This record gives sequence, structure tokens and C-alpha cells, in this order.
Amino acid sequence: MKREPGLLSARDLAPELKRVERRLMLKTGLSLGALTMLTGCNLADGDMTDRALFAMLRFNDRVQALLFSKTRLAATFPASRITNPFKFNAFYDEDDVPDIDGATWKMEVSGLVQDKTPWTLARLRAMPQENQITRHICVEGWSQIGEWSGVPLRLFLQKIGADTRAKYVGFKCADRYYSSIDMESALHPQTILALDFIGKPLPAEFGFPMRLRIPTKLGFKNPKHIAALYVTNDNPGGYWEDQGYNWFSGS
Amino acid sequence: MAQTGRSKGRVVTVHPLVVRITHWISAVAIVCMVMSGWQIFNAAPFLPLVFPPWMTLGGWLGGAIAWHLAAMWLLVANGIVYVGYGLAARHFSRSFFPLSARSVWGDFRSALTFKLGHTPGVYNAVQKLLYIMVLLFGILAVLSGLAMWKPVQLQFLAAILGSYPSVRWVHFVAMTGIVGFVVIHLALVILVPRTLPTMITGRARLDPEPEISHEA
Repeated sequence: MKREPGLLSARDLAPELKRVERRLMLKTGLSLGALTMLTGCNLADGDMTDRALFAMLRFNDRVQALLFSKTRLAATFPASRITNPFKFNAFYDEDDVPDIDGATWKMEVSGLVQDKTPWTLARLRAMPQENQITRHICVEGWSQIGEWSGVPLRLFLQKIGADTRAKYVGFKCADRYYSSIDMESALHPQTILALDFIGKPLPAEFGFPMRLRIPTKLGFKNPKHIAALYVTNDNPGGYWEDQGYNWFSGS
Repeated sequence: MAQTGRSKGRVVTVHPLVVRITHWISAVAIVCMVMSGWQIFNAAPFLPLVFPPWMTLGGWLGGAIAWHLAAMWLLVANGIVYVGYGLAARHFSRSFFPLSARSVWGDFRSALTFKLGHTPGVYNAVQKLLYIMVLLFGILAVLSGLAMWKPVQLQFLAAILGSYPSVRWVHFVAMTGIVGFVVIHLALVILVPRTLPTMITGRARLDPEPEISHEA
């Protein structure tokens, strides 16, 4: 999508406003919780409940990392079970899906890796590809079965000489989305840099030219339109994660 | 066993301390779980039904999940203590059994005609059945909840309960069973208010007539 630099439309601001609104909602919601549940504590201090809940979120991250198995695979399905039509979902409307030119697209690579050469689509296509028909589960509770093919992230990380003892792999996207996953999950055999959806290049609404497909995590941990990948020991958080969704969100 | 009626107003302990503590912790945990669960349900309702905001907890989906997966630990830890105690101290076998379909039907009929008496610490057959059922619904809620939380890592659980979408239904049904129990339970407390202080102090004053005493 071509935009004049420096000009912001209401549409550009809408997702940001929604986000600020959500963050406020977390506060008020938790304060309501404080009022109803923590009678006897300082009722004016909603931050205490906030802190307790964020501490529990971090505790749940650790429990999930312990429960995670490198070898346990997400269930796969026959092609007949693929959900049709497959639903679009993002923090913006379908009209605002970024329009990316695959010929000029490059993915930047940075952080704790040896080879930081940007990746073109052609180079990614030349890597070994893996196919999966798995269930994509949204944090909201709905789910749909889809088919994705692409480069196993494990092979990609090996190829770029990533330090796989590092803790996190982070993603920055062309639609201003960002997210990150733990290294164990990044090395899982079903975690792929998906290029195809049901046998064809990813449609724009499902993340062209490349998205992360990780069936061992919830849908919002599957960023679309990836523009940059980096390996780090500092938790990069994520668009939703920073607003209060559980960071690990493993399934 | 039947006792003589001489001990009019004798105070007895009917609810052991462990039962009282776990009862009130589970009351808090269940309220948190149900209210935040309704907020989560609202994010993607699979029934033509939305829970009004005042009935929910968390303010938005992220807040609700944070509450749900925090209160989950309280519910489960408390449930383990309660069930462990219930089995080890024979609280379940003494309080909930024997139980027969005939006794449930008989007590149900007397309850409907307000002829059913209340003896502190002794559960009638309908109560016994309700307590057993809410325990089973609670176990079902926890198992289906775990299956939904970890459909890959705990896939054997999801497999027992069906596919991912059907596990959501199972969880909803279990919640409905628990909420149904709470509604009946609170209605009975309103009908027999003297059971409320007993659940706090554990003590009850026996009626003057000969009674079957119960110690758990």
C-alpha cells in the first residue's frame, strides 16, 4: 500500500486507538476485579491486582515451557477437513492488508546469527519445504483447519548460523505487527516459515509473502507479512502480548 | 445413632475446618472462573448468547484470560486439598453415601411439599446427589479446561473429550452444571438461613428432638 509520508489518516490511527483503549480496559477491568474479589485489600490500588495477574502470566509462561515437548506433534488432518472458507483475522480490517511486492520483498535477519544477509523469496523457495494440515486455534476460542507449506524454522536457523542457545526468536511484520517465540518452540519440527496456503502462494490476507506457522501456539503467535527475523536473549514481547495476552500461549 | 432429646440446644461441630476453608476458597475461585469464563465466551460465542458486562470479570479478553488462568491454580490446588481430605478422612463416604435412587426420589418429593426436615450436618439424599454431581462437573470442567489450554501437550485429554470445538462444549456444559448447582445451593441457603453461619463457624445447635448426629 502506497502512502504519502507524513500524512496520517483516521484509518491509520484506528488500530492504535483501539490498542490504547484495550490497555485502558485491562486496567479498569482489573480494578473491577480488585473491587469484587479483593475486599480487604487497598481497593483504590488496582495496580496491585494488575501486578499479581502479570506475575501469574509469567508463572504460566514457565509452566508452559515445562509442559512443552520438543517431539510432541500437533494433530494433523486429511485435506477434506480443511476449513472453507478460511477466515481472515487481524487487528485491522481486510481492506488494510499490506500490499507487498514479492519480487522486491526481502526479509532482514539480525541478532545472534552469523549470516545476516537478507532473504529473498527465491532463496526461501530453494530451501527444503514442509507441508502440514493443522488446526489454527485463536485465543478467542474459534479454530479452523488449514494447510501450510514452507521452510522449517529449525533448518532456517541452522542455515543462518543462529545461536540456538539464545532464548528468543523475534518477528517484525510489514503490517506493524510484531511477536516472538521461545527457542524450544522455534526448533519444533512443525514450526515453519510458511510460503504457501493450500498449495498456492499465501494470499495477501493470510500473510503474503511469508508468515510463521506454529501449530503448538495460539493463532496470534503466527505473525503474517514477516519483514524481519531476529535472535535475542531479551524477550521482544509482541503486539498482543504487551497488552496482556499470555506471552508463551502454547497449545 | 439416635440420641436422647435431653440435650436441647447442644452445639455440635458439623463442618470440619478443612471443609469450611476449602468451601470458601472454592466459592471465590468458582466466582472468578465463571465470571472470567463468561468474558472469554463473549469473544467468540458459539451460542446466540452474550453475557452482559456486569456479569463478567476482566474487562476484555486478555484481562479475562489472565484472571481465568490465575484463578485456575487456586481452584485446582484447593480442589486437590478438598478431594484428598474427602477421601483420606472418609468425609465423602460418610457424608455422601449410602445413596439410592429411591431415597433421592423420596427426599425430592418431600422437599417439593416442604415436608423435608433439616438436621445440621446430615445431608438428605437430594443434597448428596447434588454434591456428588457438582464434584463431577468440577472435575469435568478442569479436565476439559486443561484439554482446551493444552490441546497439543495434553492431547490424550482432548482425544477423550472429542475434538477442540467439542471440548469447548464440554467445558460449557460443565460450567452450566456448576452454575446450576450454585443457584440451587444459594436458594436452599435462603430457605434455611441457619446453615450459613454453620458453614463459617462449623457449629450448629441441634434441634430438641432426637437426632442423628453426624461427625465427619
